[in-house]
This record gives sequence, structure tokens and C-alpha cells, in this order.
Amino acid sequence: MSPPIIDRAAASTPPALARHIRGLSDRAIAWIFIAPTIVLLLAINIFPLIWTIRLSFTNFRANRTNAPVRDVGIDNYVSILTDPEVWQPMQATAHFVIWTILIQTVLGFSLAWAIDRKFRGHGFWTTVILVPMMLSPAVVGNFWRFLFQPQIGLFNYGISAVTGVPPSSFEMLGSVALAPWAIVIVDTWMWTPYVILICLAGLRSIPDYIYEAAEVDRASPWRQFWTITLPMALPFIMLAVLFRGIENFKMFDMVNLLTSGGPGSTTEVASITLKREAFEKWRTGYSSAFAIILFVTVFGLANIYVKALNRVKSR
Amino acid sequence: MSRLNEPEFASPGSERRRLSPRGLAEGLATALIVAGVIMLMQPFSLTLYTYSFAVTLAGTVLFVVGSKFPA
Repeated sequence: MSPPIIDRAAASTPPALARHIRGLSDRAIAWIFIAPTIVLLLAINIFPLIWTIRLSFTNFRANRTNAPVRDVGIDNYVSILTDPEVWQPMQATAHFVIWTILIQTVLGFSLAWAIDRKFRGHGFWTTVILVPMMLSPAVVGNFWRFLFQPQIGLFNYGISAVTGVPPSSFEMLGSVALAPWAIVIVDTWMWTPYVILICLAGLRSIPDYIYEAAEVDRASPWRQFWTITLPMALPFIMLAVLFRGIENFKMFDMVNLLTSGGPGSTTEVASITLKREAFEKWRTGYSSAFAIILFVTVFGLANIYVKALNRVKSR
Repeated sequence: MSRLNEPEFASPGSERRRLSPRGLAEGLATALIVAGVIMLMQPFSLTLYTYSFAVTLAGTVLFVVGSKFPA
């Protein structure tokens, strides 16, 4: 019988290396294993963050690297936080975040509630509903551009079939009034399945005996929903709301592909403004300050998210 | 006097829950962060928008520091 693999590995280790490893403590070996990850984390996460904070206090421009860099203190922050033209994208972001969360939560919870009851083809339809979430935002953005085409787009023909309005009489992505709703529709189509998944997890965590006790007490289905289902699924709904809120607050790819912030600046969300300031106007210091403002906001929300997640876990 | 008013007869739900320093700090921090985000995105007052970052930053710092407080 051949010796165990661990003995063969030990035998094949060069004697000098084996002697060196035998002299290391467990703690040192643990550090050797995690050091590459820590170095990578420092290089691609922490260092850029610290560098961005540093740049946010300067007038640095990335297209004029030879120009002298001057410290401007908190001037970049002051000018961002007092500029109505930056305030407007924040409101566009708010419109996007509030409506997507509201629609996705109501739709997601309702669909999860429907899926939770067993019916014929239950597994198949659950999989079909989850497909949009698995697609890349770039793919989704591109094919919804085709769907929204006034001449050939299926969306316009669908609306036309329901309302009787001619399909080419309205342009979802080119109209000031409709473009913000177009991105809400696409995001809802893509991310409602995610809310369904979380709500489904919440609904399935409710023990059956509570409903059985409610049945014995002759509680109506309506009362069972308000006093059992909704309160017990609420932490999960909150989790979905927080996660979608954080994700939509920093939404860039889909909006950039669908409207690029247009028409005018109607759908210019905060991340599009940030991209324009950084890579079109080349105000690197200013855009770094803007990035830090967005980062602190997302970081704050993420803290609340983690707290909510821990609360759900402890249930 | 009714004995029901005495502590040993009070229902468990009527006892006021004492908040730990960490719970208090996290609760306050959450309120500050939520207020800061609302101030950042509201369309009514430029002054509120101006101070939104300071409020969010204060909340975030309090959250990070407060989570190290005893539970």
C-alpha cells in the first residue's frame, strides 16, 4: 500500500524549505496565506480610496498632470454642496431610487406571495421569473433600447394595443416626461426577481403552526396576512429595500446605456454627473470630492443594511 | 391599593427595555444617516442639501465608533 498523500508531499518538499517551514509558528503560516489577499485589498481598494480622499482637497486635473497641484481645502465639497446643478442630479437619483424601490417592493412581495402557494408548474415559473436578474445590465440596456424604439419597438406596440395611441406618437427614451419612467421600467423588470427571492425566503421562514393557530382562532385570511405574514416578512422586505436602495443610488451602467443622462439632463443620475465631471470636464479633484460624498452616503446605508442583515440572521 | 400595580404582578411587556450604549449609538447613527440621505435627495431646500453630507458623515462615524461600544 502506498503512503498517504500528506507523507508523499512532505517527502517531496526540498529539505531546506521543509526545515524553514517547520520553524514557523501557526500564526506566521496563517499570515503567509492571507498576506496576498491583504496586499491585493490594500492595492485595489484602500489605496485608491485614500488617494481619492487626498485628491478631493486639491485642484488636480488628470489631463494636466504637469500643472502644479494646489490644496484647496474643503472648497470642492462646498462648491458641490451649494451648486443647484449638482443638486438636480441628486433629485433625478431620488426619483429613480424611490419609484424603483416602491414598485419593486410591492410587485416583488405580491409575486412572492403568489409563488409561495404551490400551483402547477410552480418550479418552472419561478425559474422563468428569475431570468432577468441573471442577465448583464449591458445586455438589458441594449435590448430595451430596441424595445423602446418608436418605429419598431415592441414596447410601443404593446402600449398601442392597450391604449389605442399610435406606436410612433411617443418616444420613451427621447421624451423629457417619459425617459425617467423608462429607466424605472427597465430596472423594475430586471430587479423585481431579486426582491421576489428575498421575500420568498421571508415567507418560507414563517412556521406553519402559527397559521394553524390562527385558523383555530378563526382569523380571516386578511387578518392572517396583516398580523402574521406581513410583520414576520417585514425584516426581509426591509433588507430588499435597503439593498436595492444602495444599488440604485450608485446605478450607472443601465442609465448610461439607455439614455446617457438625456434628454437634456432629465435622467442624469449622480453617477453620470460624476463620470462627466471626471472624464469629460477632467475636474479630477472636484469629482473625487463628489465620489467621496457618494461613498459616505452608500457606506452609511451599507452599515444600516449589515445591521438589518444581522437582525434577520439572528431570527 | 390593587396588587396588580406592584412590580411582581406587572406583565413582562410593560417593563421598559433598557438601551445599551451600543444600541443607543447605533439607533442615533441610523437616524442621522437616514436624515442625511433624505436631506441629500429632497427637492425643497438647498440649505438642507448643503448640510446633508455633514449629517451623513456624522451618522456614519457615530455608527463605526458606536459599534465598538459595549452591548
